[in-house]
This record gives sequence, C-alpha cells and structure tokens, in this order.
Amino acid sequence: MRVKSETVVEQNNQTELALNKTKQVSSNDLQRSFKAELKRRIFKNKLLYLMILPGVLYLLIYKYVPMLGLVISFQDYKPYQGILGSDWVGFEHFTRLFTDSDFWMIFRNTLVLFGLHIFIAFPIPIILALMLNEVKNLFFKRTIQSLIYIPHFMSWVIIVSISFVLLTMDGGLINELLVSLGMDKVNFLMNSDWFRPVYIIQVVWQSAGWGTIIYLAAISGVDPGLYEAAKMDGASKLRQIWHITLPAIRPVIIVLLILKIGDVLELGFEHVYLLLNASNRNVAEIFDTYVYTTGLLQGQYSYSTAVGLFKGLVGLILVVFANRMAKKFGEEGIY
Amino acid sequence: MVGEKQIGSRIFRWGNYLLLIVIALTMVLPFIHVIAASFTTSAELADKRFVLFPTVFSLDAYKYIFSTNTIFKALFVSIGVTLIGTLWSMFISLLTAYGLSRRDLVGRRQILFLFVFTMLFSGGMIPTFLIVKETGLLDSYAALIVPVTINVFNMIILRSFIMGLPEGLIESAKIDGCNDFGVLFRIVMPISKPALATVSLFYAVAYWNTYMHAILYINDAAKWPIQVLLRQIVVLASGLSYDSSEFTNIPPPDITIKMAVIVVATIPVLMVYPFLQKYFTKGAMLGSMKE
Repeated sequence: MRVKSETVVEQNNQTELALNKTKQVSSNDLQRSFKAELKRRIFKNKLLYLMILPGVLYLLIYKYVPMLGLVISFQDYKPYQGILGSDWVGFEHFTRLFTDSDFWMIFRNTLVLFGLHIFIAFPIPIILALMLNEVKNLFFKRTIQSLIYIPHFMSWVIIVSISFVLLTMDGGLINELLVSLGMDKVNFLMNSDWFRPVYIIQVVWQSAGWGTIIYLAAISGVDPGLYEAAKMDGASKLRQIWHITLPAIRPVIIVLLILKIGDVLELGFEHVYLLLNASNRNVAEIFDTYVYTTGLLQGQYSYSTAVGLFKGLVGLILVVFANRMAKKFGEEGIY
Repeated sequence: MVGEKQIGSRIFRWGNYLLLIVIALTMVLPFIHVIAASFTTSAELADKRFVLFPTVFSLDAYKYIFSTNTIFKALFVSIGVTLIGTLWSMFISLLTAYGLSRRDLVGRRQILFLFVFTMLFSGGMIPTFLIVKETGLLDSYAALIVPVTINVFNMIILRSFIMGLPEGLIESAKIDGCNDFGVLFRIVMPISKPALATVSLFYAVAYWNTYMHAILYINDAAKWPIQVLLRQIVVLASGLSYDSSEFTNIPPPDITIKMAVIVVATIPVLMVYPFLQKYFTKGAMLGSMKE
C-alpha cells in the first residue's frame, strides 16, 4: 500500500502530499492522514470520476475482460461449459500450433508482409514529404497534398473493390490495356505471385498520403535559419536534406517506426482477408485470417485464441524492444 | 559554373513537380475512372477502353442497383450506425478525455496507461467476440458501435486539446460555481470546435467504413452495412441480393454495376472530405502531441 501511495504522490506531484512524504511516510500517523487526504480528494472530485466511469467501464468490459478471456487458450473451451467449467489442457494448443504444417507458411507470410511494410510502405511518405517540401508554390503544394491523402479515408473494401474492377480478367481496365499493347492478360487477383505486389501497392496507395502530411508538418517546424546558414557554407540541396531536414524529423520517424512495428502482426485483417482466396492462400494466409477461419468459421475457440495470443505477445515484445532500442540511441520513444 | 548549377537546380525543380503530378494522378485516377465508368454501359466500357471520358452516358447501372431496396437498406444501416455511433463515441470519449485531463483526478496517469496499453496489446478477435456474444450484442446494430466506443487515439487527441486550454478559464468558471459537467459543456465544448470536428469526422469515417465487425458480429444479411454488401457484389460477385428471387428477371451484375455500387459506398466519404481537409492537420498534429 505504501509503495502504491508513494507512486500516486510522485506522479501527481502534489506539493502538499510530497511534503508528507519527505517527512517520513513510514510513520503510521502520517500514513493514515495521507489516506484520509486521498479519500477527501477523491470525494471532492467525485463528479470527475462519474464522468470517466462510462469510458472506464467500456474499457474494462470490452478490452480487459477479453484479455482475461485469453485463458481459454489453455483450456478446451466449450461455449456451453463456460470458462469456469471447461477443462484445462496446458500448452496443448500451442504445441499444436508450432507443429502444424501450416505454421511456418503463416509465419513466413506474416514476416514477408511485415518486411514489405517496413522497407517499402514506410519510407515512401518520407520521400514524398521531402519532395513536397521543395515545392515553393503553395497552391501546387496544397493541391498535391489534398489529392494524395484521399485514399486514406477509404475503407479496405473500397480500395480492394476498386483494385478488383481495375484488375479483373473480365473487362478490367489494366488487362484491357495489356491486351491493346499486344500482351497477354494477367490474372492479378488469383495468381499467388501477384498477391504481394498487389497488397503492398494498395497499402502505399491507401497510406502514403497521410504519412506524408505528418512528416510535412514535422518538416515545417525546422528553423529556416539552419538552411540559410548551410547555403552560406555552400551546402547543396541534397546535403541540406541529409544534414538538416532528416535529423530534424528523426524523432517523428522513430516514433512512427515504433508504432509501425507495433502493428507488426496487425497487417490488417480486413485488407488481407478481402484479398484472400483459395489460390493465393499459400502466400496470403496470415495469423489474423487464420484466427478468423479456425476460430469463427470452424468454432475452434481455444486453438484460435492461442494463435491470437502468440501473435499478440510477439507484437508486444517487438514494440517494447523497439522502444528500448530507440531510447538507447537517445530518442524519446513512445512511452 | 554558377549557370550550370542553376540549370541543374531548375531541372531538379521541374522534375520534382512533374513526378509529384504523376504520383498524385495515379492515386486519384482510379477513383475518377470508376465514377466515369459507372455512368456508362458495359458495352462502351469493353469497346472503347477509355480511362476518363465515356462517349455514352447511361444511368442503367444505377437504375439496376436501386431497382430493389437491398442497397437502400444497407445505406440506411450505414447512415444510422454512422450517426448514432459518432454521437455515442464523441459523448463518451469527451467525458473520458475531460476527466483524464484534470489534474484533480487522483490516479489519472494510471487510468490513462490502462487506455494506452490497449493500443499495444489486446485480447484479440476470439475473446472479444465471446464478450460481445455474452453481452448479447450479436446480430444487433449495437455490435457495430458499443465494442468500439472509444478509439484511444481519438480520445487522446481530445485530451491533449483540452489540456492545451488555458487553465485560468476552467478555474474561473469553477469559482463562478460551475461544476465539472458545466465546465465541460459550457466552457470547454464551445471553444473546442476544431478538435471536436476533427475527431467526429474520424469517428464518422471509421463507422461508415466498418466491415470487420459486421462480418464478425452480424449474421443476418438484412442488417448488413453497405461495406459488406459492396464486398458481396464486387469481390464475391454473388449477386446483389441475399434473396436471389428478387432479381430473377434481371441479368447478373456486370462491371458497370459493380462500379456504381463502389461509387455509392464512396460518395459519402468524398462529401465530408472537404471538411476533413479543413481540420485534419490540426488533428494529426494534436495526436502527435505528448504530455
């Protein structure tokens, strides 16, 4: 209790209470008065607690209860028996997952898509922002900006549907163009060689504009005097970008990169699921879609929860690791 | 020497402009093509291979998709979920954001951490599904709203904005006898319009685009929002109706009909786009603010 109250004191930085702390919190008297003080302050602000109550209830019921629900991955969960009545099976589902012949296929697919995100989709907005930053004509700059982030507000269903009508063998624009150029039609949607290119192009299409805006905002905060000074020293455009702009937006890049890594296994269930079909499953099945098919479609609740837990833990570990690395190199990190 | 450098930088500048134009066009042209193609016949589409300007104007595709009430129903569901969901989410998020912005709230950092942690780790699809089922939301419109009441990112945008307001404003209102609800609704809300508009639009777009929750929680095809219907028509090409008898005397959907459905599902987002554009940079900036 004492440790807990001390953290409260520290974190709220209340001088009054902090004084108490310096005067030896271990004394029983003071501890009692601290508790009374805490109670008094909570009671005084009861309206504030009432205000956050709906939000906190939502958080507990729909976010934290499901986290507790993860225990069913160690059970043989039967809906009619409930969590309390189902048998415990230990790590059986995890053993099954790691020995499943599909595991490595799914693992590889997830990893490849993650790599495409990090090495292709991630740098493009930075490059676009640098290009836009060189534009002096404000009208031109704004127009381009507003055009490239339109897709950000479109659902994956719309993005995938538009791609579908453009790419379909059955009268799609792209295939018609290929034919008119004397080439053969390509089955972009069913051929598993085309899944990854189509996927990452859609990701770039949907997200590049939005990312660009964030980097541009960061670039606009750079002191123009730095460029003046560099110009005086005879630094070329590229050198200015390399030595001034990029270091200036590095914190933003790092934060966005960590967040991206946090999404490592959140490659977008919707997006991949919409593209998934029987003929591209060998490259398109990822953990999220696997959880959906084994869990909701086949009703293997415990097994699919175990798969989801594995995925979630790997994601969490990666974020914590990335954040720690960022801090080690003197960056702020995300928490 | 100087001249050469100038020519080089001029080439660089024009090349940059040109490249940006090409990139922007590639991102926008697909939308324009789909809109243009939805207003013509499939024969025209097959013959001319046009990208932007059809020579034959036709509303057949739209007549076809609105010939039954399937699309109307789905649009109605989506509009309803978007309106009610946005109001609900804004109300709860605003209350939470205000509460968590006040220094008087003992333990606010810990509570905030509980919110932020859910961005890094979650129970996942199946346990969440089971809770939605346990709370009796399956197959109800509430299943599309209640489980996503608060988007933590949006709530933090609101909170950062409120924390940026001058403290004296809130203090003086309190001295005048306003309680916290009064402060929130009479003082904070009127001066937070840009933040409220930004976050409302974020929520609205998210609700309009809802797809995953609909396929997870809604089995009854009569309750599908437009996104699910769009997917059925375009990708699965399984006909326009869950009740196929409605369409017995009409040919199966061809490509212009798919285009028309895409346009119907896209137009509302494009309509709020100018507003999004007005406010979004502020929102994006606020989101990156840290305490």
